[in-house]
Amino acid sequence: MKETPLSACERDFILKAIEEKKRLDGRQTYDYRKIKISFGTDYGCCFVDLGQTRVMAQVSCELVAPKESRPNEGIMFFNIELSPLASPAFEQGRQSELSVKLNRQLERCLRNSKCIDTESLCVVSGEKVWQIRVDVHMLNNDGNLMDASSIAAIAALCHFRRPDVAVQGEEVTVYSPEERDPIPLSIYHMPISVSFSFFQQGTYLLVDPCEREERVMDGLLMIAMNKHREICSIQSSGGIMLLKEQVMRCSKIASVKVSEITELISKALMNDKTARKAGGRCGFAESMPQERITALKVDETPVETADVTEKASSIIKEAEAPPPTAPSPVVPVPGVGQVGLGLQNTWGVEEEEELEEFSSGDDVEEVTKMEEDERKNTKGDVVEISDSEEEEVVILHPEKPQKAENVKSSFHQKGAPSSKKKTKQKP
Amino acid sequence: MAGLELLSDQGYRLDGRKATELRKVQARMGVFAQADGSAYLEQGNTKALAVVYGPHEIRGARSRALHDRAIINCQYSMATFSTAERKRRPHGDRKSTEMSLHLKQTFEAAVLTQLYPRSQIDIYVKILQSDGGNYSVCVNAATLAVIDAGIPMRDYVCACTVGFVDETSLADLCYAEESGGVSSLALALLPRGGQIALVQMDARLHQDHLDTLIEAAMTACKGVSKVLDQVVRQHLQEGSTLRE
Repeated sequence: MKETPLSACERDFILKAIEEKKRLDGRQTYDYRKIKISFGTDYGCCFVDLGQTRVMAQVSCELVAPKESRPNEGIMFFNIELSPLASPAFEQGRQSELSVKLNRQLERCLRNSKCIDTESLCVVSGEKVWQIRVDVHMLNNDGNLMDASSIAAIAALCHFRRPDVAVQGEEVTVYSPEERDPIPLSIYHMPISVSFSFFQQGTYLLVDPCEREERVMDGLLMIAMNKHREICSIQSSGGIMLLKEQVMRCSKIASVKVSEITELISKALMNDKTARKAGGRCGFAESMPQERITALKVDETPVETADVTEKASSIIKEAEAPPPTAPSPVVPVPGVGQVGLGLQNTWGVEEEEELEEFSSGDDVEEVTKMEEDERKNTKGDVVEISDSEEEEVVILHPEKPQKAENVKSSFHQKGAPSSKKKTKQKP
Repeated sequence: MAGLELLSDQGYRLDGRKATELRKVQARMGVFAQADGSAYLEQGNTKALAVVYGPHEIRGARSRALHDRAIINCQYSMATFSTAERKRRPHGDRKSTEMSLHLKQTFEAAVLTQLYPRSQIDIYVKILQSDGGNYSVCVNAATLAVIDAGIPMRDYVCACTVGFVDETSLADLCYAEESGGVSSLALALLPRGGQIALVQMDARLHQDHLDTLIEAAMTACKGVSKVLDQVVRQHLQEGSTLRE
């Protein structure tokens, strides 16, 4: 399904707000959305919420033959699935550009940085090694899928336990989880990616763009780092031109953010560990908050009702009668047609001069005193449609100043015949 | 690859270069008569061929047309005989698609696409022999091809892959150095303004070294731009003398 196009005014609004350092959800320029990490019942299953963006990562393992060029190293395989579940813009089955981009970025971020000791995954050199497969599924797309995926992938890898293996000569025994406790993977460091979005040809920078911001951005810079301030991957995308200073500044911001996020992941892992030890229920179902309304409390605002009737009647007395409405467009002069309803004339200065001319001339028109006062207030309301100066022109102004749209309550009538019409129209 | 010493004590690399030396660049423009622009570039042992068609009418999906500028369509592929082991899938796999996207992104930033609304520019690059620095060589070859096609650009787009070993930056990595676990940074630069069109880095590098590495990459790119400039001027000279 094609994505709903972003309207020009929405785009302008977002860009203008960014220029004034304001974001749609009220965040600061360098703020991340609320990150929530939870684990499933199986080892290696992790859910990450980055604001409204939701992703799920699952790690699984299998014994396979190793690659010929690297006989004593295990294999890591990463896969990111973009399905229409996350956003109607994603197509089922087709490998879109975004899918390739995310896959490659995650691969480079986690594999090339050697965050996992692949040699420890070797069982029998040249014959059997563990193949670790990380599948990341997008559940909801609200921008910044890359960061959420990287957090989910690394948290799932930290959480995962592989079956224990014993090698005796030629025999290889794989113990099931009941026989022997599964062992965790040996992870050297946790690379986490931080995304920076650029606007207005690189003048403005935002961290963690949401979906709307992603649509209007010029380009994206992804920096993956670990908490030891080692950069694992840098990737710029989109057709923007960067300066070296911008890249350096982004890397400094990234190091701060990465340390915060790494802490969060460690805490979540710790919580999960204690929960499992205590025998408590853990898993996806438990992690979903029960959003039930258990109690509804409404603040009571005290309202004075003692003298309501008196107040109401006094208000009614002081109020002026509403002007009689003329439902159909009024013909100002017999024989003259009018196309459209007479709208508020916004020509300002010219109108004033016209009015002054008319008020001075006595034979041209009769204007009642009341209307003179009104005219000063409602200069723009008079629409002189007929140029004829032969007839008596009576301009009756509406009692209250009106808006341009509220034409029904206003009427411009000139000449005697119109007044007759008025009587006819009155119900 | 523990045995290979990427940088010796005297400061020599595996192929005898110094740390900041680039490989020998040999290039030729206008190799094909059929295409609007074409170029062949060799950087050391890495050989790439780039061909440009356009700007022309958009083929295929008319809906892709942009009302105010041209779209750039890039395709990167490696010949099956380009690597030590025969390549099973020359194009369509993830790495090639990613490389095509990067090339597209690089040239979208450099080419003046506003001059050709509702049209398409095709850039096809093929690696004939791969010996490290694939992306950089492709970008350099494609720059020459775009210039040969007469499509206006903001500046030369020069790219170089640099690595970091033993506190020194090595410019223009070859395959042995790249696969030796060196942190490599590929940078595409528009030399005059110092604007970075694409930056891509893999493997671990401490944040403090990032500044030196990017500086080294920018210097190397400026060196490449001088060479490319020379190639273009020579080609024009040859062309004008022949006509006389």
